[in-house]
Amino acid sequence: MKFGVVVFPGSNCDADCYHAVKNVLGVECDYLWHEDTDVAGYDAIILPGGFSYGDYLRTGAIARFSPIMAAVADFARAGGLVLGICNGFQILLEAGLLPGAMRRNVGLSFRCEFIHVRVENADTPFTGAYRPGQVLRLPIAHGEGNYYADPETLAALEAGGQVVLRYSEPDGRISEAANPNGSLHNIAALINKEGNVLGMMPHPERASEAILGSEDGRGIFTSMLRYLERRRGR
Amino acid sequence: MGLTDEEYARILELLGREPNETELGMFAVMWSEHCGYKNSRPLLKLFPTQGPRVLQGPGENAGVVDIGDGQAVVFKMESHNHPSAIEPYQGAATGVGGIVRDIFAMGARPIACLDSLRFGDLKERRTVYLFSGVVAGIAGYGNAIGVPTVGGEAFFSPSYQGNPLVNVMCVGLLEGAPAKGAAAGVGNPVLLVGAKTGRDGIHGATFASEELGEASEERRPAVQVGDPFREKLLIEACLEALKTGYVVGIQDLGAAGITSSAVEMAGRAGTGMEIDISRVPRREPGMSPYEVMLSESQERMLLVVEKGREEEVKRIFSRWGLDATTIGRVTQDGVMRVWDGKTLAAEVPVRYLTEEVPTYVREGRVPEYLAAAQAFDWHTLPEPADYNEALLKLLASPNIASHEWIWRQYDHMVQTNTVILPGSDAAVLRVKGTSKGLALTCDGNGRYTYLDPYTGGMIAVAEAARNLAACGAEPLGLTDCLNFGNPEKPEVYWQLKQAIEGMAEACRSLGIPVVSGNVSLYNETEGRPIFPTPVVGMVGLLPNIERRAQQGFRGPGDVIVLLGSTEDELGGSEYLYALHGLELGRPPRLDLKKEARVQEACRTAIREGLLSSAHDLSDGGLVVALAESCLTGPNGPQGARVEIARAGLRRDSAYFSETQSRILISLPEENLPRLAAIAGRLGVPYSVLGRTGGERLEVDDAISLPVNELQRVWKEGLACYL
Repeated sequence: MKFGVVVFPGSNCDADCYHAVKNVLGVECDYLWHEDTDVAGYDAIILPGGFSYGDYLRTGAIARFSPIMAAVADFARAGGLVLGICNGFQILLEAGLLPGAMRRNVGLSFRCEFIHVRVENADTPFTGAYRPGQVLRLPIAHGEGNYYADPETLAALEAGGQVVLRYSEPDGRISEAANPNGSLHNIAALINKEGNVLGMMPHPERASEAILGSEDGRGIFTSMLRYLERRRGR
Repeated sequence: MGLTDEEYARILELLGREPNETELGMFAVMWSEHCGYKNSRPLLKLFPTQGPRVLQGPGENAGVVDIGDGQAVVFKMESHNHPSAIEPYQGAATGVGGIVRDIFAMGARPIACLDSLRFGDLKERRTVYLFSGVVAGIAGYGNAIGVPTVGGEAFFSPSYQGNPLVNVMCVGLLEGAPAKGAAAGVGNPVLLVGAKTGRDGIHGATFASEELGEASEERRPAVQVGDPFREKLLIEACLEALKTGYVVGIQDLGAAGITSSAVEMAGRAGTGMEIDISRVPRREPGMSPYEVMLSESQERMLLVVEKGREEEVKRIFSRWGLDATTIGRVTQDGVMRVWDGKTLAAEVPVRYLTEEVPTYVREGRVPEYLAAAQAFDWHTLPEPADYNEALLKLLASPNIASHEWIWRQYDHMVQTNTVILPGSDAAVLRVKGTSKGLALTCDGNGRYTYLDPYTGGMIAVAEAARNLAACGAEPLGLTDCLNFGNPEKPEVYWQLKQAIEGMAEACRSLGIPVVSGNVSLYNETEGRPIFPTPVVGMVGLLPNIERRAQQGFRGPGDVIVLLGSTEDELGGSEYLYALHGLELGRPPRLDLKKEARVQEACRTAIREGLLSSAHDLSDGGLVVALAESCLTGPNGPQGARVEIARAGLRRDSAYFSETQSRILISLPEENLPRLAAIAGRLGVPYSVLGRTGGERLEVDDAISLPVNELQRVWKEGLACYL
């Protein structure tokens, strides 16, 4: 099994994702440079957090034009697993691999803190290790995580079970107060219709080891691994 | 330009001719306090700078301390006070950028930043504007470059009204030997890398070396504009270039731009340098040699590369999308020669700009305010009628209230090393692949230093070390930022000298070397100096990160113990300020021998795994520390019941005195005998105060408050102004 972590010039969670996959999960992992045009041989690709090309414009707006994104899009079309975390989620939206857009956080300031999310769909390649309704304690760190989509798109996302994580209270209740950024429907993570591209604002790689205060994020990576192993076994 | 008539006469004498405009500009910046330390240099010599672990003391881009396994920590603190006073966002942002470059210039990967902030009264709208702008600037820059801002402090007092202090510390982790900032090897090419050069920030160094006044607003163009994305590229490209082994010398371009970097690099190597500024990539046409030499455009570095290896190095920068241009070469004649194509634009022996910087040993004078301020007797004030109310007032003071509003805007977790997050006495980072941890803190109390500069200087060092002891770490070394007024005033010079002497004594006594630092003088507005404010940044080592402590109570049933003892010392306290609006009295005394023993006792107890929590006592004293420990537990808020009052001490003093050398700890009762043995062996007094548990904080029969009410007040104290 082999994971690839894309390195845009302004990525800053690339090394953290690499560490989580390689050292915590114990799975082979490579960095993929943003100017590469080939992702053959990889089972899963992670678009990490950061400020891909500075993000002085909209977050991720330039990254979608980078050479590697065409290869990532092909990889996704062919059924490969793509996980976008934070800036990676923003890039997936800009690239049209997921629907909707990000606005600046309500309150207009960057927020870095532990929050809670409820698992809304545990039947995906990214969440299979969790129970439906399980509450996870994960960190966020972003200035633009305020998810927006038009009402029809939102309705379709909800109907299709594409909302995978929702900001919640520690006991799982969904409330306005638990929403750190103003996202519609408290959306923290989304999956595409085909079920192989996930975007999430919280950082699972920051919550994969007990010493960092939470291991709740590791399930994202172990879910991917289990899914890939099962798929390969078939 | 900031030069005096005498200094100009000295330049004429050295050169034997009139300097041209470019040369004069070079002298002005190199001889400024900011670059040349002309007032502070003789005083800084008082600091101990040696130690068994010190690999690099002051004089390079940053200090380096060995942490074993072929690894070292690199750290330094720097001020960006003047720029932040007129352009808070960019002033603070570029402050982060500058100090981060100092760290990776040593070959270290930056792993953390801390910020020490001082502002005026938050009831003033301008304070809110400056403060929120500075925090946003630090966040905007630090978050983008992927270096976590893991700690710091913020303090508010009218003294800083027109002249806020923005000090940023950066810490890096180095594998192998440190890089050098020397232009060695005659004939080696000199490369300018990173951003293009523009007209921004010209004479930032001289601006930083004068008082703020009505005309300061016109200095806005002296403030640079930061580009964190480019800084991130520069970090990666420089670290990669250093790995090749072809980079002989490297230095960032900070204050005074190309001038200071080129001159300092040549000065360290005892060489000369020849550069052709017509080759410098520029943002705009028509820049004069003067402007190119003095521009403080950000995100640039100067590299001296092994001859014949330029192309390999340039290829790395090109891969990261950065300019790398050969602009000159190292010479042997000790002269800084600046060409503009075929025209000679400046020619000055390097040592005139470095070694010949005039230094001033001035006469100090005890300030007039001091005697009366110290004589103030708080016993003349009435005791609070209601201690519940007094505690709530203290918790609501922006100096004590939760600073989460600040650090929530900073990415404090990126790089996945932050094990103790902001909000405890010190941040703790793991060192991946080892069992080691690093504890980081910064501290300083301008109010104490105003009321007694010598003691204030000592306490800055002692308290930073106590922060580290409270998480189980041993201090490795310190960096400092000395923020003072105009040293040409005898009273200010006296404060500076006293504070440095106090710091130096504490360093010697506690065995902590000073490995780097920065001086920021002329912090005055309209002729009124700020509180003299030495800020200490300290790095400590935890040999085994599993044996660490944080400040919050862990759960019910633990015994609460005070290490150290409380004296009648309310002078200069937050209690006097928050309840009576007074910044008067004599600050607490400090016995350095006792301090060392208390710290050792706490550290030992943590390393033996005895403690559930440990919290250094500082602003607000014992009862405030108790409330903080109740509110910051890793498992949520926790109540406590304690008995504190004792004969011979007025109750307000027993509760809120800021006596030094005290640490509040909690532990399971069965560990008490072992703690007693440690305290006995070290001769540290301690007292058992009570127990954790319940949902209220109860102190004697004077305070009884629900923890959630304490929490509400404490959480809102700062945030309510913003």
